[in-house]
Amino acid sequence: MSILVLLLVTGLGLGALYFLVASGLSLIYGLMGVLNFAHGVFLSLGAFIGWEVARRLDPSSWTGFLLAMVVGALAGATLAALTELLLIRPLYNRHIEQVLVTVGLGLVGVALFEGVWGTDAAFISGPPWLKQTTSIAGARISNTNFLAIAVAVAVLVALILFLRHTRYGLIIRAGVENRSMVTALGIDVRKSFTLVFSIGGAAAGLGGVLASQYFGYVSAHLGQTLLIFAFIVTVIGGLGSLGGAAVAAVVVAIPQQLANYYLGGIGDLIAVLALAVVLLIRPTGLMGAKAA
Amino acid sequence: MTSPTSTERPATERAAAPEASPAPVRERRRLPGWLLGVVAVVVAACLPLLNLSVPGVLPGPTYMPGSLHLMALCMIFAALALSYHLLYGVAGMLSFGHALYFAAGAYGLAILLKYTEMPLLVAGALSLVGAILLATLVGAVSLRVAGVSFAMVTLAFAQAGNVLVRRNPRGLTGGEEGVGLATANVPDTLVGVVNTRNMFWVALVTLVVVYVVVTWVQRSRAGHVVEATRENEMRVRVIGQPPYLIRLLTFVIAGTLAAVVGMVYLLLQSQAVPAITSADFTIQALIMVVLGGVGSRWGAVVGAVVYTLLDQRLSVLAGSDLVESLPTLLRVPLSEPAFILGVLFILVVLFMPGGIAGGARRLTERRRGPVRAAGSHTKSAAEAAERRRLEELA
Repeated sequence: MSILVLLLVTGLGLGALYFLVASGLSLIYGLMGVLNFAHGVFLSLGAFIGWEVARRLDPSSWTGFLLAMVVGALAGATLAALTELLLIRPLYNRHIEQVLVTVGLGLVGVALFEGVWGTDAAFISGPPWLKQTTSIAGARISNTNFLAIAVAVAVLVALILFLRHTRYGLIIRAGVENRSMVTALGIDVRKSFTLVFSIGGAAAGLGGVLASQYFGYVSAHLGQTLLIFAFIVTVIGGLGSLGGAAVAAVVVAIPQQLANYYLGGIGDLIAVLALAVVLLIRPTGLMGAKAA
Repeated sequence: MTSPTSTERPATERAAAPEASPAPVRERRRLPGWLLGVVAVVVAACLPLLNLSVPGVLPGPTYMPGSLHLMALCMIFAALALSYHLLYGVAGMLSFGHALYFAAGAYGLAILLKYTEMPLLVAGALSLVGAILLATLVGAVSLRVAGVSFAMVTLAFAQAGNVLVRRNPRGLTGGEEGVGLATANVPDTLVGVVNTRNMFWVALVTLVVVYVVVTWVQRSRAGHVVEATRENEMRVRVIGQPPYLIRLLTFVIAGTLAAVVGMVYLLLQSQAVPAITSADFTIQALIMVVLGGVGSRWGAVVGAVVYTLLDQRLSVLAGSDLVESLPTLLRVPLSEPAFILGVLFILVVLFMPGGIAGGARRLTERRRGPVRAAGSHTKSAAEAAERRRLEELA
């Protein structure tokens, strides 16, 4: 029983990380039709910059850690905004080229991180509370899980509020539905492109700082590894659907944890299998409106 | 989303344009493409017998094993790029899982040679059958979605292969170490550094065979239909062709070719390592195709050769004293070949949409100037088709 609880909660924690990456991917795809292969780079950059900040201040203090989260999110958002302005925008409406450019950026980013921070994983420490465990129904669960879940829920709520109740949110939602109509109404969708990219980058950067705590290390490949699962989550959830991403993150992460424990470490394969099953039954994903 | 009123030419016509000269005026002035190809192959076949030095590109004279190995590697990657060209350039399917079939060929052959007593050709045939089955299965599932979802799904399947190989089930794949080539049942003429020359010729033959097969597929009925499917799936449906099956067929052929190339790669490198199952490996093939020019067969070959040479040479440069002595700001990026190649790739995508082949075409067109009336029509039609294709994928 306690093991099951442990697996469920750590699964939720992992799902929270997936969601943080997948939400940005899904929004960017929904609005712009761009599959962002550089999203992992945003995550890794957030993790590295956040780690540098915490290291310089005091890695074991909450101020250092909170500042790392803020700076990590800002770093992700900045890189994302620059990516949109410098690489995506010049290739307006040429979606495949846009994907190719992000693929190139992914390559460049990982190479650069390896050059700057080395190829080995850097092990990190955070506030002591994050290293401790909390007992729920006899299961000793690492506190990083609760933090990841709390942040992911906060991001989900914030994104929903932003999309539902602000003017920009309205434009983005309308843009996802029908971009040409929004453009025809005289609204500059390009501004919201940059905005969505920045939001996605911020979520990924935040995810990076949390992921480095969750896994206990930060490396140049951290982002790319999570990115593949985020892709799976995005497709299962339905491209462009934020709610779908949230549900799919949980649907992928929990069976993954369970399979890792009960079926001898085949969790990664379970995630791919889940993808195959969803595609066979429902090619548009759980909450996807249109086939893409 | 093509507008129903557009009056574009059939896709097949466009595809033939870069290869066969469209205007009769040009025909007389220019050597036929196949003749150039034959000359290139003959020259390449003679390289191991000659003593040529290309400083900076090859590590030594062309008859030395080091240079032969590098040139063989170039040709193997050119063949891989051609198989990817069939997927992406011809069928318009952006797959991020092509490495899976290359690795299936390499690992399949390596494992069979290591654990069974089969002769090389039998083991090769058996792993080929395995790769075909795998490609059919994965293709059948992945092709339920198109465009960007297809890219993600193929990536996920290839990643599963990567996980499996790294996990080393029953000690078969050797985990991070990979599987070495067991040479007991491999003919002696293909084993060892002294026989690099023979491996060079095997690689050359592989490249020629793959080129011929890709050309043949492109010119076959199915090839025409798959190109038409890329342009406008609805129309293909309307004329009664099954787009799904033909896409699947192309996917399987491309995967099969990649598996064959993977086997030759195993023989040349004497080892199958997990790196060839990674997404980065597929991305390499993609970069080669884009660098050379999407949609051009010889572009894919040239792109692969340029990429491989750059990759190898940049690694040498990265370790050189010159780079060591640079200030940190320059040293860090220059010591990472992937960084330079990635930047080059981004620049090509941004500023040179046709890659090397497109650049070459623009150059020859400028020189030919006035004669090009008919040809420029072809070009604008090609551009229009390209635009449509991108709209289609959107």
